[in-house]
Amino acid sequence: MSEPTWVNEVRQIAKRVRRRVLEHTLRHNGGYMSQACSSAEILSTLYCKVMNLAPLDKPLRPRPFPGVPSRSNRIYRTGAEFNGRPLAHQDRFFLSPAHYALVLYAILIETGRMDPTGLEDFNRDGSSVEMIGAEHSPGMEVTSGSLGQCLSQAAGIALARRINGDQGKVWVFMSDGEFQIGQTWEAIAAVAFHRLDRLAVYVDVNRQQCDGLVANVMQLEPLHQRLESFGWRVVRVDGHDPGALAAPAAQAADGRPLAVLCDTDPCHGLQLLRANAPKLHYLRFKNPDERDAFRRVLEAM
Amino acid sequence: METLSRVHARSLVAWARDKPKAVVLSADLTSSCEADAFRDAFPDRFFSMGVAEQNMLSFAAGLAREGFLPLVHTFAVFIYRRAFDQVAMSVAYANLPVKMFGFLPGITTPGGATHQAVEDVALMRTLPNMTVLETGDATEVESVLDVAASVPGPVYVRMLRGELPRLFPAAEPLRLDQPRVLSRGKDLTILSSGLCTEEALPAVALLKSRGVAVEHLHLSTLKPCNHPAILQALAQPKYGVLTLENHLVTGGLGSIAAEKIAENGLGVKLCRLGLQDTFAHGASKGYLMREYGLDALALVRAAEQAVKTDLNIRAEDLAQMRVETVPSEAKPEDL
Repeated sequence: MSEPTWVNEVRQIAKRVRRRVLEHTLRHNGGYMSQACSSAEILSTLYCKVMNLAPLDKPLRPRPFPGVPSRSNRIYRTGAEFNGRPLAHQDRFFLSPAHYALVLYAILIETGRMDPTGLEDFNRDGSSVEMIGAEHSPGMEVTSGSLGQCLSQAAGIALARRINGDQGKVWVFMSDGEFQIGQTWEAIAAVAFHRLDRLAVYVDVNRQQCDGLVANVMQLEPLHQRLESFGWRVVRVDGHDPGALAAPAAQAADGRPLAVLCDTDPCHGLQLLRANAPKLHYLRFKNPDERDAFRRVLEAM
Repeated sequence: METLSRVHARSLVAWARDKPKAVVLSADLTSSCEADAFRDAFPDRFFSMGVAEQNMLSFAAGLAREGFLPLVHTFAVFIYRRAFDQVAMSVAYANLPVKMFGFLPGITTPGGATHQAVEDVALMRTLPNMTVLETGDATEVESVLDVAASVPGPVYVRMLRGELPRLFPAAEPLRLDQPRVLSRGKDLTILSSGLCTEEALPAVALLKSRGVAVEHLHLSTLKPCNHPAILQALAQPKYGVLTLENHLVTGGLGSIAAEKIAENGLGVKLCRLGLQDTFAHGASKGYLMREYGLDALALVRAAEQAVKTDLNIRAEDLAQMRVETVPSEAKPEDL
């Protein structure tokens, strides 16, 4: 049986995301590379298949940093415009681990939502294309860099949308490390209690965090059972398989919020990275030889 | 003087009746924060969030982003101590209209250090975009909802509950950044806030009866705090400025006065009454205010020191002072 066209498209986009993030990491001697390796298929599936986002007329160019939100800031706007107009029937996307911003920017480029030159503004003074994305950054609309706050904010938005009668869903991308945070579990309980079943969470279970392996920093398994016991509908999938990733999102809502636990490999598509394990959180080249080795991989990609 | 009970409980219901976007979030202290009448009147707009304040504050931010007016109710300590990061990053950073009603400000509770919000003004005042209000009587509790809702951004309110005096006429509501000038005089300036104003009133009356000309301002807006009457009151006294607050003397009303005096080069002596670099403990309000020097007698003694005269005022004299409802000396538009 041949794969549907969209599956192939997701795979191709995921590959191009890894390539773009590696290229960027080489140019700037640093980047959140393992996050691209683990999450490229998840984000690509969300953007290409799962989420109902309004299309854009043309890729947007990131704006300069508009200043922080305040009463006097008349030009302020969030980066949600990259996800299309927020109409009642459209979905909304929230990136919880804001350090995945580089991966999100790459996705936006590969899905035709951001102009490729936008990445040149990455981490540049006065730019909105920040290293740790904030709500003015492309594709983002809440400030989630203090990890654990995004799900609660998205839940408030989901409740508001339910009261307003919106048909659109709320999709939250999270990292597994965030399930060590107390607020995450407060939110997990509240979302289930208030039966916000138009909210769904995709979790990049890459088993990595800043200090190394999640299991050595603070164990969070059995995540599946823990979430289920809080009243969530939980599905565990291969986080690199587009078909498996998209399937749970197609199920009809049943009053329970949906959590898709995506088992991923932080070195997927970039085996050379495995030599750095378990320090995979941020890739910085230790010497020119290592950099050259990654450059040769890039050329072959 | 009139005393009223459960003022917020009634006023919240009446106020919210024609405001369909107003929703109440509560963290298991619904009756304790007088939100129970709202819950019963508008069950569809009441959301129980459990004992989980961090989630509640971020959740409220999400509701506010979609055009709702979340009124967060819990004890003050659980807003700014338990959930300060969420208040700062989910609410204040985005300048969202989340209205936070913090009950049990300062040492108004026998609940002890865990329940006494003694540094909340200091923390909330430092947050960009934040407005900080403090209610001092029944009239202010009644009218604070309008003021909080009128601010296009986050508002933190030090809220009073239970039996409340009506110090200020019902026709003189709390107004944003409008101090109440309760007495005029050029010997001594007294700034008070919250329930400390109830303590300051008899003290001021006695001081005046002993010939001390007192300028007494009640501040119910601690941020912003830019009204020219405040600066004028700080600039004019012959003997100095006294501040009296139900809070640590650092970061709150006393610090506001100190900042204004220094920044404007007023060169006037300042004495800050309030908690002096200490936590408190569980006991009655009257006892704690006496013990920590936040009461009328403490103010009188500080005034005597400022004017360098023994005014022959005894505790018994204060007890005999009858406090009546006090209209402002000046109409707001005159200030």
